[in-house]
Amino acid sequence: MSSLYTGVFKRDLTLAFRQKAELLQPLMFLVLVVSLFPIGVGPAPEILQMIGPGVIWVAAILSSLLGMERLFRDDFNDGSLEQLMLSGLNLNLVVAVKITVHWLVSAVPLLLLSPLLSMFLHMTVDMYIALLMTLLLGTPLISMIGAIAVGLTVGVSRGGVLLALLLIPIFIPLLIFATSAVDSAALQLPYFSQLAIIAAMLLLAVAFSPFAIAYSLKVSQN
Amino acid sequence: MSGLSASKLTCIKRDRLLFTELSLQVSKGELLYLRGPNGAGKTSLLRILTGLTMPEEGEVCFDGLSIFSPDSTYTDHLVYLGHKSALNSMMSAVENLQYWAAQHSVSLSLQKLYDVLETLGLVGLEDVPVKFLSAGQQRRVALSRLWLKPAELWVLDEPFTALDVEGIALLESLFASHCSDGGMIITTSHQALSPSAGKHQVFDLEYSL
Repeated sequence: MSSLYTGVFKRDLTLAFRQKAELLQPLMFLVLVVSLFPIGVGPAPEILQMIGPGVIWVAAILSSLLGMERLFRDDFNDGSLEQLMLSGLNLNLVVAVKITVHWLVSAVPLLLLSPLLSMFLHMTVDMYIALLMTLLLGTPLISMIGAIAVGLTVGVSRGGVLLALLLIPIFIPLLIFATSAVDSAALQLPYFSQLAIIAAMLLLAVAFSPFAIAYSLKVSQN
Repeated sequence: MSGLSASKLTCIKRDRLLFTELSLQVSKGELLYLRGPNGAGKTSLLRILTGLTMPEEGEVCFDGLSIFSPDSTYTDHLVYLGHKSALNSMMSAVENLQYWAAQHSVSLSLQKLYDVLETLGLVGLEDVPVKFLSAGQQRRVALSRLWLKPAELWVLDEPFTALDVEGIALLESLFASHCSDGGMIITTSHQALSPSAGKHQVFDLEYSL
């Protein structure tokens, strides 16, 4: 346990804070995109409320793609990943810890910024609560599914576009249910079923993605 | 059967057959010196022997147990140093090695770490981010793992790259003492090993089209 904590958790956290520019880039992108919409489409509250959930979610998915590669790229390029695979640690647990760190440093700031973003887009409190719930359930899902694709493309130089092509179709169901939940909240309708579906996808990803990621990393070593 | 044995290995890379029916055996106290021209498959062979890559056919066993089997404790007995130094350029030598030791469940005191870095002539560079070190100094930091982890088997891919004359002599004497303590070494190199590295077997890989 302690070797996972010190060797992977602490190491990744230290590295993340040492590369602050890479950490802030996706967040800046997110804030800029969301803040441009009220300027572009005009400040009318009805229009902003209608497009709001979609804008935030699309921006969140795209910004997460920007920072996704960081997950394994450096470790793969400098050979640390080889050493990690030969360390005797269970690779499934290692990737689970790595994803946790990635979520902590990329998604938690997004969650903290979300009140600001929802104010830009004139969301009601009900809508914001729904948005926060979908983000809480959806962002770990993005990290886990994204990590599978990063594992597969880590050996490919300039895999960024490939990564987006692989992942965006997979994130479409998440986008549909998340925005639909916020839309329901706007109409004072229950949105539990949409949340339940996202939660089900999340649980499935929790169960299977560490194995898939570990396998994709092994394949990339060949 | 103690030691590392590989039997009937076949490796195919990008539709090119690198080697087939390759068998080798390393027992305690032996140094296997792997030679061959560029592209002959030395690195591919070493990666198969560490278990990073699966061979197309064949089996690798350590102490009689397949290294690919789930209950193999092979990695506890192994230090592999590849072409890549496995050092994060943003972190210092000490940080890199401490995290590496934690990953490999090697208990390591800071004092020992500083002692090893001193042996390698890296005094004063312990806390400098690795990206500011020269290629040879980075290689020395990577090689310090041989001192830190008590493993019987060392698999080394071109360990002498970028090292100066003193560094090479230091490493060769370490080879000799490791083998006399019953350790095993498999190494590749393009330069001949000097007598101070101790006795060694030579294994030649040929470049096949």
